[in-house]
Amino acid sequence: MIEATLGRVMQDDRGRLLAALIARTGDFQRAEDALQEAAASALVHWGRAGVPASPTGWLLRAALRKAIDGYRRDTTLSRHRDAIAVLAEEEAADPDPQTIPDDRLRLIFTCCHPALEEKSRIALTLRSLCGLTTAQVAAVFLDAEPTMGQRLSRAKAKIAAARIPFTVPGAEDLPDRLNSVLTVVYLIYTAGYAQGPQIGIDLCTEAIFLARLLLQLAPDQPEVEAALALLLLTQARAAARIGPDGQSLPPIRQDRSLWNRAALDEGLALLDRAISRRAPGPFQLKAAIAALHSADGPPDWPQIAALYARLHDYEPTPVIALNHAVALAESGQLAQALAQVQALGAQLDGYQPFHAARADFLARIGDSASARPEYLRAIALAGSEADRSFLQARLSALK
Amino acid sequence: MKYMCLIYTDPNVTPPMGDSMNAAYFDLNRRMKEAGVMISGDALQPTRTATSLRKRGDKVETMDGPFAETREHLGGYYVIDCPDLDQALHWAAQIPGAAYGTVEVRPLVVFG
Repeated sequence: MIEATLGRVMQDDRGRLLAALIARTGDFQRAEDALQEAAASALVHWGRAGVPASPTGWLLRAALRKAIDGYRRDTTLSRHRDAIAVLAEEEAADPDPQTIPDDRLRLIFTCCHPALEEKSRIALTLRSLCGLTTAQVAAVFLDAEPTMGQRLSRAKAKIAAARIPFTVPGAEDLPDRLNSVLTVVYLIYTAGYAQGPQIGIDLCTEAIFLARLLLQLAPDQPEVEAALALLLLTQARAAARIGPDGQSLPPIRQDRSLWNRAALDEGLALLDRAISRRAPGPFQLKAAIAALHSADGPPDWPQIAALYARLHDYEPTPVIALNHAVALAESGQLAQALAQVQALGAQLDGYQPFHAARADFLARIGDSASARPEYLRAIALAGSEADRSFLQARLSALK
Repeated sequence: MKYMCLIYTDPNVTPPMGDSMNAAYFDLNRRMKEAGVMISGDALQPTRTATSLRKRGDKVETMDGPFAETREHLGGYYVIDCPDLDQALHWAAQIPGAAYGTVEVRPLVVFG
């Protein structure tokens, strides 16, 4: 009972508590250790004296005391006199977590710093802001728990040693750094979309939580609005993306009565608000493409192709070039689309959608002989039964 | 916090150290000094001038050439003093070599 209460508090408020502690200790690892120790003593104290009126406040005070103890245990005590004084003052002031400033925005910028490896950014964000345990983060990546533990420790050690700041970047760096944060959120979402809910964690829900948190902490940022819009527009169609026969369905062939209307409307409203700010960015383009796929009637492919062309200016990746080619083909510009995918072969050889698109273009120009091996390659690379089944059906339909 | 910026460039694609390249480095040195971040900085002679050695027991083995033969060579460095990594990266991005090579930024160890 006590454990369940503590578990819930730690899951809901871990990010906020950790951010507050890092802001006060300036040290990721110390903050985490102090919070861990506070949680351990909560189990003992709450068991004896009952759950306090403000469990989060209790944990913050206990963690501040643990941090002071940690500094005192340190052999280089003299260097920490100032830190101890600050913490002691804070602890004596009986801080209320509901009224102290929310430092989670600083925390997320630190966790998603481009000086960290991308996988570590995702892991650190899930651990620190979403409150996942190390075991759960390890499960997300199909890693062993000690391996993930080491990765998280290395990331925190780099933050400390290289002095990655615990701060919201200034105006000059903000667009790039915000993009790094939003990319992490989006990668968490797409991982969840591909895997489905596993081991009791739904990464799609976690990603939407993070996007909403960012919108609350950094309001009026069109890219944040658009990132949340993108997730909601995609999530709105999630229940309809697999047909009754187990095949993946493109939005145009989905049963629209299965779409989540509220999520769709919220996503569209957010996108409108973002675009009205007249500060374009890659997430606005991605969300606009998602919105066009959700429109009534057939998608406006020439418009989608134009948006992909602009997105390619921001992110000149082969995958975006491939999506652009698909939109061109759907707009009737097959020759140009084929030429464009041809040029991507070297970079995307192991990528299922590349072979699926190429097969589709070849089938459309009536070149079944060339389309067949491409379909077989795509089927061999398919990651899910639904994709395999969809591609198999296309292959069988070849003349 | 002191950071060392190690400038790695491929001599085959690097513009030779002509007047305009020197001017770009001199300009950066001046701005770093004005901002109070510059501790030191030097350009290195080409790797063909390098001598490597190791001592095994009492024996010193001397070899012609750099520690590792790589396409990109360590061509110079800066040591700068900045409050955090973001500001160090901000300065490192202005090193002319960053435009065609790679600049590695490493914090120095603080003893004591």
